[in-house]
Amino acid sequence: MKFVKLVISNFRRKIIRTVLTILSILVAFILFAYLAAIRQSLSQGIDVAGADRLVVRHKVSIIQMLPGSYEADIEQIPGVADATFSNWFGGIYQEPKNFFPQFAVNPEEYLAMYPEFLLSDEEKEAWFSTRTGAVVGRNTAERFGWEVGDKVPIQGTAWTRKGGQRTWDFDIVGIYDGAEQGTDTTQFLFHYAYFDEARSFGRGLVGWYIVRVDDPDDAVRIATAIDDTFANSPAETKAETEGAFVQGFADQIGNIGAITQAILVMVFFTILLVAGNTMAQSVRERTGELAVLKAVGFTDSHVLVMVLLEAMAIAGVGGFLGLGVGWLMISRGDPTGGLLPIFFLPPKDIVMGVILVIVLGLVTGLLPALQAGRLRIADALRQL
Amino acid sequence: MSVNDNGTLVKVDAATKYFKRGSEEIHVLEKLDMQVPEGEFLALMGPSGSGKSTLLNLIGGLDRPTSGSVTVAGERIDRLSRQKLAAWRARHVGLVFQFYNLLPVLTAERNVELPLLLTHLSRAERKKHVDAALDVVGLSHRKTHYPKTLSGGEQQRVGIARGIVSDPTLLLADEPTGDLDRKSGDEVLDLLKALNKDHNKTIIMVTHDPHAALRSTRTLYLNEGKLSTEPAE
Amino acid sequence: MFNWFSQIFALIQFNLRTIWQRKGSSAAALFGIAGVVAVLVGVLSIAQGFSAVMNASGKPDTALILRSGADTEMMSGLSRETTRIIADTEGIARSTEGALASAELFVIINLPKRSTGTDANVPLRGVEPMAFSVRSDVNIIQGRPFEWGRNEVIVGSGAVREFEGLELGGRIPVGKEEWTVVGIFEANGGISESEIWTDASVLQPAFRRGNSFQAVYVKIETPESFQDFKDRLTTDPRLNVKVIRQDDYYADQSTAITGLITGLGTLIAGLMGIGAVFGALNTMYSAVSSRTREIATLRALGFGNGPIVISVMVEALVLALIGGAIGAGLAYVAFDGFRAATMNWQSFSQVAFAFDVTPGLLVRGIFYAAIIGLVGGLFPAIRAARMPVAAALREG
Repeated sequence: MKFVKLVISNFRRKIIRTVLTILSILVAFILFAYLAAIRQSLSQGIDVAGADRLVVRHKVSIIQMLPGSYEADIEQIPGVADATFSNWFGGIYQEPKNFFPQFAVNPEEYLAMYPEFLLSDEEKEAWFSTRTGAVVGRNTAERFGWEVGDKVPIQGTAWTRKGGQRTWDFDIVGIYDGAEQGTDTTQFLFHYAYFDEARSFGRGLVGWYIVRVDDPDDAVRIATAIDDTFANSPAETKAETEGAFVQGFADQIGNIGAITQAILVMVFFTILLVAGNTMAQSVRERTGELAVLKAVGFTDSHVLVMVLLEAMAIAGVGGFLGLGVGWLMISRGDPTGGLLPIFFLPPKDIVMGVILVIVLGLVTGLLPALQAGRLRIADALRQL
Repeated sequence: MSVNDNGTLVKVDAATKYFKRGSEEIHVLEKLDMQVPEGEFLALMGPSGSGKSTLLNLIGGLDRPTSGSVTVAGERIDRLSRQKLAAWRARHVGLVFQFYNLLPVLTAERNVELPLLLTHLSRAERKKHVDAALDVVGLSHRKTHYPKTLSGGEQQRVGIARGIVSDPTLLLADEPTGDLDRKSGDEVLDLLKALNKDHNKTIIMVTHDPHAALRSTRTLYLNEGKLSTEPAE
Repeated sequence: MFNWFSQIFALIQFNLRTIWQRKGSSAAALFGIAGVVAVLVGVLSIAQGFSAVMNASGKPDTALILRSGADTEMMSGLSRETTRIIADTEGIARSTEGALASAELFVIINLPKRSTGTDANVPLRGVEPMAFSVRSDVNIIQGRPFEWGRNEVIVGSGAVREFEGLELGGRIPVGKEEWTVVGIFEANGGISESEIWTDASVLQPAFRRGNSFQAVYVKIETPESFQDFKDRLTTDPRLNVKVIRQDDYYADQSTAITGLITGLGTLIAGLMGIGAVFGALNTMYSAVSSRTREIATLRALGFGNGPIVISVMVEALVLALIGGAIGAGLAYVAFDGFRAATMNWQSFSQVAFAFDVTPGLLVRGIFYAAIIGLVGGLFPAIRAARMPVAAALREG
């Protein structure tokens, strides 16, 4: 404890240099936080994908529809707890850039399939009983300032109504929240019945199925069983776990993980150079003082630990402040203004950040600390 | 504190020290014998390069002889490991350097406190010792000052305070007045003299200034690695 | 004035020589800046490459007709009847075969991507014979064109690279049938290179599309006659269509992605740049403080404050420019031409492109490095000039 004061007192030497080094480290960790949030945002959904859910789509092309009759067949398969469907609507609200995902679903079944979508009981009841009712996630609701009771018209693009009409009217009867930070609260959900009855083509067809299995470990076997069931039919299926399905989309965007990793490696290599150089310089300048400490009776280990602590303190102050500031900045939301609706710093990356701070301190301090430890007093004093 | 029956505090036996500079081997000390009784104020003189500081370093455990032995207060310090030697130094030796070697980032009193950080004394006890040491050197009123606001003489006196704060067996001073003007130098030498006479501190001082050596109780001359009681030609 | 310059010149020579002496901290600042420039250029080259594909895809003399209200081909639907009416409209360039109007069908299929092994969306386009005259960039480089009426396809060179199984002779399973790859084509680097083409009359039944299409591509007589042509179509009571220039269509498609990449790239490079400024400041401050006595001596000898400031900033600038050049060079070697593919949200399918490190980007990167160097040198330079000479002569 008393040595800590000694370590801290060293920061007063060339304080500008210490501050600048801390600032470089701080900025690097802000960057780390942002890259983690961006990576999370672009590979959204993988972490929160239901381990017990499968997605079943048309084998040839995801834009091909599947017969609505498949639901009953899927539910017959042993190991399947429940199945429901979804339809991509793809409409436009006011203008194309106001994009948000819209799905025509079976309300009761869908909410049962996605328990992470939280709605009050009144809102649920209202939805079940209102044919034109729609439930929207909080993210999208806040984006457009919608409240329960608002009427929202959406222009169909692929889907027109019978008679050529293109506008579909909906009533907002509920706003759902996500159970976890990563849960998608951008979705706009409405009745399949309203959709199917009024659409000008494609009656009885659905976009894809979502299947809940009893045992997540059984998922792959059940997926194969589903595909086998519909093999050789006019509409063959491809079933996969929800996680794999979402991962597939992330992969289509690109190897985001690799890119962010590469950038982070560059950044950290640079920081290491800067901080490491500062530490080395600072120890080199102090050879005489370190010799005096040893002369007075501090052991080699004492001096080694002191230098190491100094490096860790600099890394710690810069790194933890950087993570904190980064976290604060990220909480203010999407930096691109709409393209990354779900934007936050995942806890696992915070932990990673802490580990990196410690590693940084150790790596930049180790060599100078070892040198300081090995310093021979008489040699150092002679050079004074 | 144990001494030999005849009161010898420091005994150097056939000490030899070589240095390597590149491929050359430089012999600084060659089979040197020396004994310092307790309570002496010894001045070591000689031309530069004669090995005075080297000898002081051997006695203070700052360096090891290439061969031979160094015994202080009955203990063979040339046999101690680096770790034990450090602990030994903290307990037994006080050091005063020519260029004071105070840590510029610490105040005077924190500088004096340094050797005590290695003991188990509580904060309050450490403060008592520090205040006492600063009192002896007459700098209590400057204890919160940083070295850069102290004059050369004041810095050296802080150095002496640091040297005595843990009540060491032996006080070693390497050219303590080398960087001071005559007046400050005299103050420092008077202080050392008082420590020796009034507090019975054994002091070994390396100096090239005959005026400084006058304060000592004995003077030895080192020339080309050999000790004698007469100055060299 | 001349005196000023010769002072600066002398000082600069003196300063630059000491960069080598302070290898450690000079290297730190230098590589810091190199890193920033490499990342900036690298990330922006992604956006550059992507928009290059988009820009190569559009021609000013080609118009695209979709159903009114549709933003993309996928969303659009045009009956055979409608496509005939459009083809008969005045203003379309003609060849010996007839009006240069190509009715096309656009779907996507899922194939495994080479780099990840997982399925990704590939555009599959059904065309009629006129397509090859209207879309004149497309030309076969390997194999042969598909035969009309058969389950054969030709594949763009980008798609071959990105997806498994699309080499000559490869087979694509579509429902119960297999379609054979008989040729590979290029399209001047445009987006068509990421597509698979086949006979529309074979594609329609496979995807239950009856006799409908999604888009009509026409070559208009002259680029200027576009507006007249458009008016003609939009005022025709039999039609309910939307007419766009092909290059506008693709420019729109690229804005979302390039906007995202440019935005994120700038954010990242901005943060890194701030870090690099601190690194440069560190280096320059230590450079100045280790030379306190020398600088003071120079000033005592008569060198003016202005030249001192400028010489320190030049030193910082030189370090930064070297770092910037290294970073730019690194980015060029590592990234230029690197092939990748990403999701084009408007067509919901993969677009193959190559990272494009343009001279413009390199210049921008080096310019950025220069700014970092100047900012990093400014404050230390001022401090060097303001040290009280007498005190500094004693110190150091």
